[in-house]
Amino acid sequence: MNWLRGLLSRKAPPVRGLSEKGMLLYPSTGEVIRAEEALRQSGLEVAVKGPPPDLRQGCDMVVEFSLVQEMRVREVLAERNLQPLRVAVAQDHLLEPVSLFQSKELGSYLMVRAANMKITVDRRDRRIVNVSGGGCPDVPYLADMLVGQTLDAAPEPRSLGQTLCGYALQLAFDEARRQCRG
Amino acid sequence: MSWLIVGTVPRADFRLAWGPYTVQERAMEVLGANVSVARGTPALMATAFVAARALGIDPPEALIIGDTGSGEGSRALYKYLVENLERIRHAGVTFHYLMPDVVWHNKILWGLEELAERPLLVADAGFMYAAKMSGYADHYDLFTPDAGEMAFLADEVAPHPFYTRGFLLQEESMIPELIDAAFASANAARHLLVKGQTDYVVDGGRIVSRLSEPDTPAMEPIGGTGDTLTGLVTALLASGMDMTKACRTAALANRYLGVLANPTPAFGVAELLPFLPEALDLAMRDAETSL
Repeated sequence: MNWLRGLLSRKAPPVRGLSEKGMLLYPSTGEVIRAEEALRQSGLEVAVKGPPPDLRQGCDMVVEFSLVQEMRVREVLAERNLQPLRVAVAQDHLLEPVSLFQSKELGSYLMVRAANMKITVDRRDRRIVNVSGGGCPDVPYLADMLVGQTLDAAPEPRSLGQTLCGYALQLAFDEARRQCRG
Repeated sequence: MSWLIVGTVPRADFRLAWGPYTVQERAMEVLGANVSVARGTPALMATAFVAARALGIDPPEALIIGDTGSGEGSRALYKYLVENLERIRHAGVTFHYLMPDVVWHNKILWGLEELAERPLLVADAGFMYAAKMSGYADHYDLFTPDAGEMAFLADEVAPHPFYTRGFLLQEESMIPELIDAAFASANAARHLLVKGQTDYVVDGGRIVSRLSEPDTPAMEPIGGTGDTLTGLVTALLASGMDMTKACRTAALANRYLGVLANPTPAFGVAELLPFLPEALDLAMRDAETSL
């Protein structure tokens, strides 16, 4: 129990100087997902993170980027009509999303979990047979769209999802693709 | 006792509906509108309906709306519920797949607590996330988290399971510690039914029951088996069963569902439902002898 408390109360090292990271704030998680995709496609290094406590409302995330690239970031977003509500300097208070995967073999099926989402694929034909976990309302919708499709033909969850659960499903989907390369 | 299930269906064109519903094989009818039973709130509703019939009680009512993830449907439902709280004369309410939104959550919770007879409050999925984030988790009677969501409840700064720190992926073996941490920081409902390889029934921070058998590994990847568990406990609570007994019986019934259906990981919830009355009957008998 003590080690758990230690883990939960672990403090980050004190912040020295100013952050080199900025964050892009949007009114919806769906726009965050689209902005991240647009910036990545343009070769910019970005990461999706959890917003600081005073900016949390619900199913939130922000895009973290390198402040020195702010002009390029704004240009790409303007081209795609994805201007953020606000651009802010990110100190060390952004939460890191889950980045580990858990895989389980069940006969010919592979189940991959990322954060609270799981995707299960039949290795024999690379068909998605199930999607489970999550609690946001796009999960049942995404499951309807993905189940029955092969990993190659299925739409990317990020193209349809609008929440953190949808984003986690994208991570699981990418990992399933990596593990089931044809 | 009457019960209300509040959630969403994965269709953008489904308009708000509040009333009784019926289930026939893979489909439900809610006030003339059809919904297929796959996972999410429709799976919970179908399970609660079939279980209520098996228990010989009136099935629950539902308040549902279409939402494919934009949150528009959820917010419209929240607004309607806040404006019509006087319609809640039910013994209990189960909140399910809804866009987490702390502001609307608080309006609903405060409204429910002002009712002359406050209903029992059960939360799962997105509404449980909002309940924890709001700081009012301990105002609820029951949460039904899975192991990952239990880690989220235990992490007092995580706003969503996606940001749970440190121990994710090892949480199955740490459930007792996570339960302690969640209760210590008032981030748990009064009772928990934690679903996983081992199911835990928790009353006021104390584990009162653990169930690991019978085990059907193919149930884990099937989308909606957590929803069937929440549907089962909803029906059992609606029958008037005591909370801890209802949680234990629901967990057992969900496990028997796996044994009787003998599924592959490619099964859907609709294929499990025909086995539900027998699974519930077996669990009721087991719970009677073991409690």
